[in-house]
Amino acid sequence: MSQASRAKQITDDLLRPLLHTTWKFYLGVSFLSCFVLAGLAAWGYQMYNGLAVTGDNWPVFWGFHETNFVFWIGISDAGTLISAILRMVYAEWRRPVTRCAEAITAFALTIGAMFPLVHLGRPWFAWWLIPYPSERGIWPNFRSPLTWDFFAINTYLTSSLLFLFLPMIPDFAIVRDRTTGFRKKIYSWLALGWQGYPKQWHRLELTMHIMAIAIIPIAISVHTIVSFDFSMALVPMWHTTIFGPYFVAGAIFSGIAALIIAMAVLRKTLHLEEYLLPIHFNNLGKLLFTMSLLWGYFVFNERLTTWYGNEPSEMAVFWTTQIGTFAPLFWTMVFCNFILPFPFLAIRKLRTITGCVIASCGVVVGMWLERFLIIVPGLSHKPLPYSWGSYMPRWPEITIMVGSFAAMILLYTLFSKVVPIISIWELKVGEHYEHQAAKALGAAEEAGEVV
Amino acid sequence: MKAIYGLYSSPLEAQRAVDGLRGAGIKDREITVLSTEPLEEYEFAQRDRESWMTWIAGLGGLIGLTTGYLLTSVTQKLWAINTGGMPIVTNWTNLIVIFELTMLGGVFASVITLLITARIPGRPVVPYDPAISDGKILIGVANPRKESIGSLEKALRIGHGELKTLT
Repeated sequence: MSQASRAKQITDDLLRPLLHTTWKFYLGVSFLSCFVLAGLAAWGYQMYNGLAVTGDNWPVFWGFHETNFVFWIGISDAGTLISAILRMVYAEWRRPVTRCAEAITAFALTIGAMFPLVHLGRPWFAWWLIPYPSERGIWPNFRSPLTWDFFAINTYLTSSLLFLFLPMIPDFAIVRDRTTGFRKKIYSWLALGWQGYPKQWHRLELTMHIMAIAIIPIAISVHTIVSFDFSMALVPMWHTTIFGPYFVAGAIFSGIAALIIAMAVLRKTLHLEEYLLPIHFNNLGKLLFTMSLLWGYFVFNERLTTWYGNEPSEMAVFWTTQIGTFAPLFWTMVFCNFILPFPFLAIRKLRTITGCVIASCGVVVGMWLERFLIIVPGLSHKPLPYSWGSYMPRWPEITIMVGSFAAMILLYTLFSKVVPIISIWELKVGEHYEHQAAKALGAAEEAGEVV
Repeated sequence: MKAIYGLYSSPLEAQRAVDGLRGAGIKDREITVLSTEPLEEYEFAQRDRESWMTWIAGLGGLIGLTTGYLLTSVTQKLWAINTGGMPIVTNWTNLIVIFELTMLGGVFASVITLLITARIPGRPVVPYDPAISDGKILIGVANPRKESIGSLEKALRIGHGELKTLT
């Protein structure tokens, strides 16, 4: 098959989901929309009646909403970060993976950033966080970790959206050339007049390289700063220096798991078996395994230091998670994040697509529990026993949480319907390199240079 | 005639056509090269590689850093609260906001440079052919002189491409 024919085949395959829609798509979108609407309705109910309708009460004022905030920011952390690292090191296998990963960041970050707003009693005052010269001369408190969050999340969101959008421009140009009517108009607008002359390609690739360099420290800073929301407070088992790297490792861990699940679903539903290959899952499975070990190392560090210090208020939180009320959740978390993934990811024969997906599902559940176990046990066991309490979620926060998961899947589904979920031009470059390598190998074999 | 161009199935054919056009006396800046992938390992697609973009990104970062420093330190002094002897301008904590704005400055600077230098958004120029989206490589000349059309056709045929003209 000639290079042009192969390029045409790639374009046809990857544009098929955009140009052909089945009833299953509409059914799926309608189903997910119901949950999203239910979540929005629950939020509206909570806004109208106040936060008292949730389980948040003295002494635990942070419950499901903060758990979901940290969880979604964590999920978002890995997507663009993985893509940026793989771009930086010119990993050839990255090509079908990067856009799937970057899209996870864009949507998970948007959903995650919503949760502080959801948890505000009066979310319409959220704009007070924006630094602007008000007539009262009051500026945001730059010493507050919540203000740091505002800057970190918005920087990461802006950079990630640009990092996602820029390589989509050449693909929009391809779709523009393949469509007619209203769709052609939309894609022409999105393609921004892209033609594909050498200067455009060179500038685009250079920009992506610069952005990859910038995005790696931004991604690390985001979750470090989210960890500061906790570690800057004198709450038992929060005030620790390990939280920065521990949160970053956990974020990358859960993000890779989410990426594996998303890729497996896309592979099946969009029939991308020829592009999302077992090798991609195998490589991501190895990364997930590494992060699982790293996560275990951090948990051991955190727990051992606390136990050895034997500080009474910290030990109260420690024992409640090890053998007390929260123990079932803690040991489920250990099982999901460490014990379950271990055989599926460590044994080569089990590191199949199914194996990686099973391990990833466990990790997503386990990491949600980890976020919950960081937040709630600490708040419910403050230093003085008179301030001890408990937390039980009520239907509004549970519905909002379910709505957020549905929103993530819905946004991802809609995205894969309007944008080629695998970068067409990057895949073609990869094929081109493979073609050249095969040619070089053939020439070497002919010359008798290969044994 | 607005343009004359050939559509080629492989980069090697495109390279031959470009070489042919050069042989016919056409300057590099007059030759249009369009493709759906970068093809930077081929000589014909290596034009315009010189760029100040990395330095501009660095400058953007510097502007972000200065903005971050001024935003945090100046505003903290504007509302002089009683801090009981603690510093009013807290540079350690301000570093976080300064860092974020530095990175954002670098990112914005590189994206703006891309948009300006790559002329996006911009109007498509001739010659353009939707066949590029099917993997073809377009090599052509816009607004050719009448007397050179014969030699251009000959040069573009060297690459065994599909020859087209726009009038």
